[in-house]
Amino acid sequence: MNIIACIKQVPDTAEVKINPVTNTLVREGVPSIINPYDLHAIEAAIQIKEKKGGKVTVITMGPPQAEEALREAISMGVDDAKLISDRAFAGSDTWATSYTLYKAIEKLGFDIILCGKQAIDGDTAQVGPEIAEFLNIPHIAYVKKIENIGDGFIRVHRLMDDGYDVVESSLPVLMTVVKELNIPRLPSLRGKMAAKKAVITKMTMNDIGAEEDNVGIKGSPTKVKNIFAPQTKGSSKMLHGNPEEQVDALIEELRKLKCL
Amino acid sequence: MPVIIKPDKCTGCGECINSCPFSSIELKDGKAVISEYCNECNACLSICPEGAITEFAQKKEFAAATDRDEYKGVWIFAEQRDGKIAPVGLELLGTGRKLAADLGVDLSAILFGSNEEEARELIRWGADRVLHADNPMLDKFNDEPYSQLLLSLIETYKPEIVLAGATAIGRSFLPRVAGRLKTGLTADCTALEIDKDTGNLLQIRPAFGGNIMATILCPECRPQMATVRPRVMKRNAYDPGRNGEVVNVSTDNLRSRTKVLNTITESSECMINLQDAEIIISGGRGLGGPKGFEILRELAKLLGGTVGSSRAAVDEGWVPYRHQVGQTGKTVCPKIYFACGISGAVQHLVGMQSSDIIIAINKNAEAPIFNVATYGIVGDLYEVVPHLIRKIKEAKQ
Repeated sequence: MNIIACIKQVPDTAEVKINPVTNTLVREGVPSIINPYDLHAIEAAIQIKEKKGGKVTVITMGPPQAEEALREAISMGVDDAKLISDRAFAGSDTWATSYTLYKAIEKLGFDIILCGKQAIDGDTAQVGPEIAEFLNIPHIAYVKKIENIGDGFIRVHRLMDDGYDVVESSLPVLMTVVKELNIPRLPSLRGKMAAKKAVITKMTMNDIGAEEDNVGIKGSPTKVKNIFAPQTKGSSKMLHGNPEEQVDALIEELRKLKCL
Repeated sequence: MPVIIKPDKCTGCGECINSCPFSSIELKDGKAVISEYCNECNACLSICPEGAITEFAQKKEFAAATDRDEYKGVWIFAEQRDGKIAPVGLELLGTGRKLAADLGVDLSAILFGSNEEEARELIRWGADRVLHADNPMLDKFNDEPYSQLLLSLIETYKPEIVLAGATAIGRSFLPRVAGRLKTGLTADCTALEIDKDTGNLLQIRPAFGGNIMATILCPECRPQMATVRPRVMKRNAYDPGRNGEVVNVSTDNLRSRTKVLNTITESSECMINLQDAEIIISGGRGLGGPKGFEILRELAKLLGGTVGSSRAAVDEGWVPYRHQVGQTGKTVCPKIYFACGISGAVQHLVGMQSSDIIIAINKNAEAPIFNVATYGIVGDLYEVVPHLIRKIKEAKQ
């Protein structure tokens, strides 16, 4: 079984703050981490390999420093890692990113592809399904349980807004996974040694056979027009006094609005 | 538009470096330079105290630029579960109606599965036309037949805008359609407008965990596609006498390599209540522990409301995830939202700030939650809430 996990290195958005004076992002000192959902994809990939045998390859598209994320994945126990990196990939939107990963995955060969449900910096959840479309294979999004992997098929639970669906798919398949699927393992000592020693292959635009017009800013149908700070209402009425007086004032206000 | 830094004006102060959400500005030899990772978001433009950063016009042809003028009309995809149209479809008709009016075009709704009566409902909620695919294969959501059919309809009718809900369904199959069409798809929009000069759709969405908002454009390719967050857009008024056309579309040649064997609806009443609730009592880290939710539950019961929470309280394990309000939880829009012991991180605010009345109770007078609150009470919630419960009980008697 050839298993591929796609991961992304992201800034820890829980740590990102806005500078209230300039209304811009403060990134100083914000650590780069493996996208938290992708850790569950890596864990699922390793578990499938442990049951079914085969090889787990983790790939990421990003700048040279994304190699760190790949080494962390190796320390968790994946067999191989590829860095898809080229200056031409800069400024990619979800279309160009999916195209690039598709070209790389096509080169590598696969039976099962796993992605986190979304990345916490972009929150789009689009790259997984788009890769599946380019590869012309089925996908199942928001997988929360893998029930069974049989001969040429897989049965899983897919999270829906009102519950879940039991879905069966032929292989090969791409799945995006949610937190409920598993608990990602911590790196082992042996894994950490392996991560240090591992030679990580870099794949460029030419290596994966991507067309220049389809990658980076040139291959991205969407453009960021501008960014701005979220608006706030800013017309609050503070209720003063001791707790009893505050509560009385609140009830009075709500009565006026006929809310009580 | 691309930006450049004029080296003669740059003093190397470094102000711009932190303003860049993509970390694409660095100092080289005492001057700021923009690297290849620039996304042209223009966040740095207003930052430079020397005015050294400017835009420069450069026309970029998109490889598969489609003939824009061939594409006309606004489409919304109305998803259904068990044959019944989901509320997000009606919200999409609300925003779709405005966009169609601004462009002077028709509004169509797309319905897969379900029945003709539900299709007629979409007209009463504001659609001019419904494209209805009536085929049992479409009753249950399945990515491949859904994406094949929507793709072929778009290729036949050529709409300029296609919207769907940012739900488990919309977010799963729309990417396949956009991928195949080679067009842009913007996820999880919270506002949509038409740019008066270009007629382009301005797609506004939170990014970086809700810390900033971004306006996204798809200037060259058509259709412009977006998923829209549920509970954000307002519905049109229901008009039982409204007329429109229901077109039955062909569903030949659909195939699927995935099968939905079973659909399990979890009656987590709380989750359903959260999005439909008129009153929500939410608690955060300020509660100090899971016990704090007990008094919130008491207040909720008294007011006929339901209990919500911030991400902090969920991360601490005080309350299950299904209660979470915010960027990674539910977006809610109740009549009254109580925020108790919630500081008001941006990622929480994006999920609740469109509530009609927001009542914030927090010890810290500087907490950002007071910026969005209608009424603010600086105080200990363990003193304020019990008083409130007692007063309401008295009033009820």
